[in-house]
Amino acid sequence: MSVKATWIWALVGLWLLSAVPVGAQGYGGLGTEAQGYAVPSPQTLIEFPKDHGPHPHFRIEWWYLTANLTGEDGSNYGAQWTLFRNALKPPAAQKSPEAGNWSTSQLWMGHAAVTTPSAHYVSETRARGSLGLAGAQSLPFSAWINDWRLAAKAPGDQNFRQLTVAASGAGFSYQLDLKARGPLIFHGQNGYSVKSSSGHASHYYSQPHFEVSGRLNLPDGSVNVIGTAWLDREWSSQPLSAAQSGWDWVALNFSDGSKLMAGQLRGGGGGNRRDETYTSATWISPRGTSTSYPDGSLSMEEVSRSTVADRAVPTVWRVKLPDKAIDIEIEALNKNAWMSTSFPYWEGPVVIRGTHSGRGYLEMTGYK
Amino acid sequence: MTLQIALRVLWSHWTYRPLQFLTLLVGLSLATGLWTGVQAINTEARSSYDQARTALLPQANQVLQRRDGQSIKLTTYVALQQSGWRTSPVLEGELSSGNTRIKVIGVDLVSMPQTMDSWSQDDGKFNLAAFLTSPHLILASADIAKQAAILPGVAIVTTGKNVPPGTIITDIDLAERLLDKPGQISRLVLAPRQSLMQTELQVLAPQLERIINQSAADIDRLTDSFHLNLSAFGMLAFAVGLFIVQGTINLAFEQRRGMCRTLRVLGVSLRTLALALILELLMIAVIAGAAGVILGYFIAALLLPDVAATLRGLYGAQVSGELDFRVGWWLTGLAIAIIGTLLASFWSLLKLLRMPVLAAAQPRAWALMTRRGTFYRLMVSGGLLMLALALLQWGSGLVVAFSIVATCLLGAAVVLPDAIASLMGVFERFARRPVSQWFWADTRQQLPGLSLALMALLLALAANIGVSTMVGSFRLTFDGWLDQRLAAELYVRTANEKQSIKLRDWLQGRADAVLPVWNVVTTIEGEAGQIFGFSDHATYRNYWPMLQLQQGGWDNVAAGRAVLINEQLARRRGFAPGDVIRLSEDHKLPVAGIYSDYGNPRPQAMINVDLLTRWFPKVAKTRYAIRVDAAKSQALAEEIRLKFGLEGRNLVDQASIKRRSLEIFERTFTITQALNVLTLSVAGFAIFTSLLTQSSMRLPQLAPIWALGLTRRQLAGLEFLRALLLAALTMIFALPLGLGLAWLLLAVVNVEAFGWRLPMFLFVDDWLVLALYGLVATAFAAAIPARRFSTIAPADLVKVFAHER
Repeated sequence: MSVKATWIWALVGLWLLSAVPVGAQGYGGLGTEAQGYAVPSPQTLIEFPKDHGPHPHFRIEWWYLTANLTGEDGSNYGAQWTLFRNALKPPAAQKSPEAGNWSTSQLWMGHAAVTTPSAHYVSETRARGSLGLAGAQSLPFSAWINDWRLAAKAPGDQNFRQLTVAASGAGFSYQLDLKARGPLIFHGQNGYSVKSSSGHASHYYSQPHFEVSGRLNLPDGSVNVIGTAWLDREWSSQPLSAAQSGWDWVALNFSDGSKLMAGQLRGGGGGNRRDETYTSATWISPRGTSTSYPDGSLSMEEVSRSTVADRAVPTVWRVKLPDKAIDIEIEALNKNAWMSTSFPYWEGPVVIRGTHSGRGYLEMTGYK
Repeated sequence: MTLQIALRVLWSHWTYRPLQFLTLLVGLSLATGLWTGVQAINTEARSSYDQARTALLPQANQVLQRRDGQSIKLTTYVALQQSGWRTSPVLEGELSSGNTRIKVIGVDLVSMPQTMDSWSQDDGKFNLAAFLTSPHLILASADIAKQAAILPGVAIVTTGKNVPPGTIITDIDLAERLLDKPGQISRLVLAPRQSLMQTELQVLAPQLERIINQSAADIDRLTDSFHLNLSAFGMLAFAVGLFIVQGTINLAFEQRRGMCRTLRVLGVSLRTLALALILELLMIAVIAGAAGVILGYFIAALLLPDVAATLRGLYGAQVSGELDFRVGWWLTGLAIAIIGTLLASFWSLLKLLRMPVLAAAQPRAWALMTRRGTFYRLMVSGGLLMLALALLQWGSGLVVAFSIVATCLLGAAVVLPDAIASLMGVFERFARRPVSQWFWADTRQQLPGLSLALMALLLALAANIGVSTMVGSFRLTFDGWLDQRLAAELYVRTANEKQSIKLRDWLQGRADAVLPVWNVVTTIEGEAGQIFGFSDHATYRNYWPMLQLQQGGWDNVAAGRAVLINEQLARRRGFAPGDVIRLSEDHKLPVAGIYSDYGNPRPQAMINVDLLTRWFPKVAKTRYAIRVDAAKSQALAEEIRLKFGLEGRNLVDQASIKRRSLEIFERTFTITQALNVLTLSVAGFAIFTSLLTQSSMRLPQLAPIWALGLTRRQLAGLEFLRALLLAALTMIFALPLGLGLAWLLLAVVNVEAFGWRLPMFLFVDDWLVLALYGLVATAFAAAIPARRFSTIAPADLVKVFAHER
């Protein structure tokens, strides 16, 4: 999952240092140093429920939920709910003696979206970590920003067994119930996920097995939905060196019950072939065991592009993972799933054809 | 090639007459300079307003405010956010650092909608993390960056492009501490896109109302009148300047008729000649225009601090006192110079180009006046005056008001030469001796050449009389009004209500009366305005500057059954005593009277103080007017200062408020008077150039008189006297015109611009001084040509006959 992580570093980094010209080495002030923040370590074991909550000593963290849904009308839908946390200063400087009502060392940003076959609704909301406007806690689990909330149904739930999620924006709102039908998945080595050959890493786990039911409110009316959802949790402090032009990432639910996460980092085109594209993949069996694949095991190729928000974005992909005999084509449910947030990107549901069938989510950045 | 030769030949004219060339350049530069200066001031002010607007409200212009004008609680803000509202808090206030007042705008950039682009620093970068965390990075306007740097909790001060003058923009966390307003929010900026699931404002926070931000939106409307005023003066100065240009160009063309004929005979085509003439004019226009723009820059730089002070004092609009040199002025300045030159030379050019090739090249009597001309001018003038009357009757609005002024001035100026000429005719009829008969006849004959200069003088004098009468009347009225309005000896503002109670108790027996002066900012008839609460006291009944009052009006207001409103509100909305007015959303009262309220651009109303506290229970009960024996007021003020620690703006005596008000008043009209003086100087210059150019053409007319026996000195004296006489006559004509102008300014322009009408007072002393100035200026202007004539070599005069012209 290094791919997804990388662009989020860039995204939040850009948000924080928005006036730094894009293209500057290592995305401006983020650099490659941890600069006084905690650093992920392979010795650290992830513990629950503690690690469901925030890690303010790390620079960055997120709760990232995507859902593939089907309505009572038979239509396919997608829903996204994301909460980003970003520390403004290292832990040593976080305690301020003259703390006022608004004093904070944490910034929070939420993205929410609903995708239908013909429309895409997006909203962004931001808050500082003061006055209880935004935050997260481990027990009872809750992550929230303004009126958006992802929280455990039962106060004693230590493992994301049953959650509810809600968000609203211009033109839409939704409320979904999530029931976990499988175990939490640890990426990399017990959740210590290495990002690069020079050792950058994050702590990273997921719950890809949610069964969903709920309700979407759209301008044309409400619709009851059921489906599946995937929750990612990740935190770290070290941004990657980022000379790349963008990322493509998928999280796929196959109809046989297995799952695949796959991504590639598109190089800036400056170096040799090896530097240009970096791939990664994790295959999850129907029973919930996972296999991680190193760079080069996976291939992702554009099949065709569509014009979205005045740019050409590949909305049909061919994805191959020979080791699991996967050779599939994925196509956007709605090619206009453009996230017109502070830093825009494409994220939306996809349909799978080929050796496997099913549904999933596609995320792409850096298309100009 | 021929074009180049033609140009060189034409240009040689100026090398022989450098003074004429200089006159043309100076005239055109002055006109362009005054115009550009005024434009520069207006542009600078407008860009300051834009800055203020973007700084206060990037993108969105809807805000939530409390109906009673109090600050919003944090819990209200949190509740709104958690119910789906997308708002961003702003905390505003003022603080002093040393002797400087600093406006503090505390914002939460995190929740501010789409701010990142508009919050750039001058170096193009913006470090959000440094802005948000303590010690903070803050944005400051350049003028107060130094003072801002020493504020507690500030780490770095950076000057931002969008920061209005005298202001710092900080994180709301720092603003809370700087202003000592913990837990307070001035207003909430609404994001342009709100979410679908939103609890109604009525349910969530009924004390809030959703309004279009007035303070920012209003500035344009409020200051429009001021800027239009300036523009009108700029136009006047430009018009007067063009009179000079036209006079000089006309003369130069007349003098070059021979030259043009010779060129044509030598084979230069009409097209080439026309092209050469136009090119020459363009060159002159560009040179003079460039000089004018530079001049305009200095005029603007000189006047801008006063303008800025005026706008701040009058409208609370922040305008930077520093002037940026903008490319736009160069272009508009040059354009206006070129347009002006072409306009001024149009007829001369046309006449010259229509001249038959072989026609006599003799200069005709310069722009000879014919009887038909008189008829046309009378028609034009009559038409203009009729138009003015029609506008006065049926028009409305500030532009119309200025149009009336312009048509009146032009209409009067057009007939001036004819009026003077017919007066000369009358004098001529009464003249018995040959020399005096010749004098009147010759004066009349000379009029056409001087008419433009005289018109310019008339305009300048009339404007001067009009404006000084207006300012003088206003000053007199304002002074008297201040005496009434500031009847109390001391004005205090306490820190809080607790202190108010203590102060009132303490003042028992020490002061004659302690009168509350409490107010709320609210909407009156849908416009942002103030409601004052006052208690029934003789101070008001005896002194308050009432313009109209119903029978028993004071009793009705005291009983809470009626309201007093200011003149602006009454005039703008057409309210008269007896009409019912809507004060804030929920309250209505009939109007009992109207009072004058100069210097305040907004609607205002006064009600009984008990009613005010019933309507707005949370009104700040901190401001009081204290009545005390005038002799004891100083001592009492000192005691209050020592006992309650109130000073500075919180404890002010009558005299210093009055002084400050008059200061603002004087500064308001500094610019008007400065432009006035400049216009008059331009007119003086016009007279000078006209006389000078005429004098060179007068030899053929004076030589015969000299030959008949008058000495050169006598002739020179007569020439000098004539100039003075014409100036004096123009002065006499200017007086009624100026008074008419003053009336228009007081009764029409002021009402449209500010919403108040002022009584007119006459200042005879001023007129005499002005007349003296006018005559002295004319004397100077006439002295040089007269002196030149008195020392002319007799041989030159004899030569006139030899040339047989």
